[in-house]
Amino acid sequence: MTTEHKSGGLKQDLIVYLCLLALAAMQFVIAFQKIDATQMFERMLAVALVEAGLALLFFMHLWSEKPILMWSAGIFTVFVLLAMQYGWTDSNRMETGAPYSQTKTGVVPQ
Amino acid sequence: MSQADLTMEGHVSGLTVPMPPYGVLAKKMAIWLFIIADTATFAACLVAYGFLRNGSASWPRPFHSITNVALMTFILLTSSLTMLLGVRAAKSGDKAAAFRWTMITAVAGILFALLHIREWLALIDEGMTMFHNPWGTGLFGASFFSITGLHLTHVTGGVIALIAVGIRYKGGRYNADDLEVTGLYWHFVDLVWMFVVPMVYLLNLAR
Repeated sequence: MTTEHKSGGLKQDLIVYLCLLALAAMQFVIAFQKIDATQMFERMLAVALVEAGLALLFFMHLWSEKPILMWSAGIFTVFVLLAMQYGWTDSNRMETGAPYSQTKTGVVPQ
Repeated sequence: MSQADLTMEGHVSGLTVPMPPYGVLAKKMAIWLFIIADTATFAACLVAYGFLRNGSASWPRPFHSITNVALMTFILLTSSLTMLLGVRAAKSGDKAAAFRWTMITAVAGILFALLHIREWLALIDEGMTMFHNPWGTGLFGASFFSITGLHLTHVTGGVIALIAVGIRYKGGRYNADDLEVTGLYWHFVDLVWMFVVPMVYLLNLAR
C-alpha cells in the first residue's frame, strides 16, 4: 500500500535542485567577502535557512503533507531552537557580559 | 495488509478506523519525529560550537582550500536529487529505475564519506587531534570532529539504509513508501550539511 501526495513533477525538482546549488554557491561567495565575522555569519545563516526551507518544502514534500504536520513540526522545532538561543545568550553574558566579566580582571563586584 | 497499515489508512474493507490527526503512515510519522529530534541534536552541537568559537581568542582557521568542501556539497545536493528521482520512479511503479536511482544515491553517499575521511586524514597529518592542533585552541579539534563525525555517522547509516531498503524494495519486500521514508532521512542529512558548511568550514577559511 502506498500513499500519494500532490507533487510538482520532475521540472519542479530540477528547479529546486538548481536553486539549492546556487544558494550553496552564494555561501561560498560570502565566505570571500571582506566583511566581519558577525556579518558573514548572519548572511550565511540567512542563506542556509532559505536552503533548508526549500529542501523541507519541496524535497521532503512537507508542503504537500497535511498542514497540521507542517505546523506541528515547525512550531516544535522553532521552540527548541529559540530555547537554545536563550542558553546561548546566557552563556555569552557569563563569558563577556555584566556582571561576571568583571571578575576576569580581578575586580569582584560588590 | 499489516495492522499498522489498517490503523493509519482510515477506511479499509468496510471497517471505519479513525484517521490519525496527521494523516500520514506510521513509519512516515516516525521518521518525522526522528528528524525533529535529530534537528535538536545537531542544533545543540552547532550552538555549542558557536559558543566555543566566540569564547576563544585564538580559534584556528586551518582550511586553505574550498575545493574539497565544495565538491562534497555538490555530491550531497546531487544525491538528494537522485533520491527524489528514485522515489518518483517507485511511486510510478518503475521498480528497476527506482532501484537504480537509489543505488546511485548510495554511491554518492560513499563518495561523500570517502572525501570526508580524506579531509580528516589530511588534518590529522597536519597535527590536529581531538585536543591539540598547531593553529590555536585545542577545542577546535574536539568540536570539529564531533560535528563532522556525527554527520558522517548519519551519512554512513543512510548509505547502509539505502542499500538495504533498495535491495528489499527490488525483492518485493518493501514498497514505495519505505523508499520515501528512507529518502526523507537522506534529505535531512543533506539539510544538516547546509548548516555545517558555513559554520564549520567557510567561517574558518585561512585569510
